Amino acid sequence: MTSQQQIITIAILALMTVLTRALPFLIFPAGKPTPKYIQYLGKALPLAVFGMLVVYCLKDVKWLEGMHGIPEIAGIVAVVLTHLLRRQLFLSMAVGTALYMVLIRVMV
Amino acid sequence: MNNSQASFKNSLKVAFKRSLPVLTGYWFLGITYGVLAESMGFSYWYPLSMALFIYSGSAEFLGLGMLAAGFNPLAAASMALVVGARHLFYGISMLDRYRGMGWRKPFLIFGLTDETFAVNYNARESTPTEMLMVSLLDYSYWITGGFMGYMFGSLLKFDIHGLEFVVTAMFTAIFMDQFLKEKEHRPAWIGIGCTAVALFLFGSQYFVIPAMVGILLMLTAFRKKLEPSYMGEVQK
Repeated sequence: MTSQQQIITIAILALMTVLTRALPFLIFPAGKPTPKYIQYLGKALPLAVFGMLVVYCLKDVKWLEGMHGIPEIAGIVAVVLTHLLRRQLFLSMAVGTALYMVLIRVMV
Repeated sequence: MNNSQASFKNSLKVAFKRSLPVLTGYWFLGITYGVLAESMGFSYWYPLSMALFIYSGSAEFLGLGMLAAGFNPLAAASMALVVGARHLFYGISMLDRYRGMGWRKPFLIFGLTDETFAVNYNARESTPTEMLMVSLLDYSYWITGGFMGYMFGSLLKFDIHGLEFVVTAMFTAIFMDQFLKEKEHRPAWIGIGCTAVALFLFGSQYFVIPAMVGILLMLTAFRKKLEPSYMGEVQK
C-alpha cells in the first residue's frame, strides 16, 4: 500500500466509525420531538445493551478447552455478588478482576 | 480561587474518579495496541493517527491488519460499519442525556465508546461538564496507552496479564447497577439471551449485528408490555 492509500484507509475507518456514533443524533435532532418508539427504545435499550456488552466480553472464551471459561464466569459472579452486597462500583470491579487474575495463574 | 475555578476542579475530580476503571482498561488495551503496532513495523504516526481519529479499539486493531494488507477501501468501510454498529444503540440511549449539551455535543458524540457510554450513562446525576471531562479523560487514556505501548512496550516487566478483565468487570458492575435501579428487568434478559444465542449460532466474528437485530425485534414485540414501566420517568 502506498502511504496515500494508507491515509485513505485510516480516513475511511474514522469516517465510518464516527458515522455509527453520530447517526442517531443526526436522524433525531434535539430540536425536533423524537418519535415515541425511539423514546421507548432509549429507555428499554440500555439495560439490554449492558447485558449485550457483558456477553460480548466473553466472545473469545474457549468453553471446551483450557480453563473452560471458569475464570471469566467466576469473575463475573464475584462482581454480581459483591455488587448485590455493597453496591460500590469500584469494589465490585476490583474483587472480580482480582479473582480472575488469581484464577488464571492458579489454574494453569 | 473564584467560584468557577472551584467548580471546574470539583468536576474534574468527580470525572477522574468515575473514569478510573476506564483508565485501567484503556492503558492495558492501549499498551497492547501500541506493542502490536510496533511489532508490525509501523512508524508511530499510524497507530497515533488511528487513535486520534478513529478512537475505537476494535476498529483500530482491524485497521492495523488492513494497513498491512492490500488496499481495499470497500472492505475497510464495511468492516468499520459492522464493528461500529453497536454504537447506534449507545446513540439512541444517549439521545436524551446528551440533549442540551451545546458546544460539548460534537465531542461527546465522537467519544461515544463502549466504556464512555457505560460511565456517562450510569452517572444519572452527572453535569454536562462532568460528562465532557469523562469523555476527554477517556480519550487521553487511550492515546497515552497506545504511546506507552509503542515506545516502552518491550521494556514492560510487570506481570499484568489478566488485568484486561477490568473492562468485563466494569460492564458487569454497571449492568448490576442499572439492573438494581430499574424496575423493569426484562430488557436485561433480552439483551443477554439474544447476544448469547447469536454468539452460539453465528460465532465470535459475526454475532453482534444478529444480536442487535434480535434485541430490537424482541423489544418491539414486547413494547406493549414493557412501555408502561417507563411512563413514570418520562416527565422531567
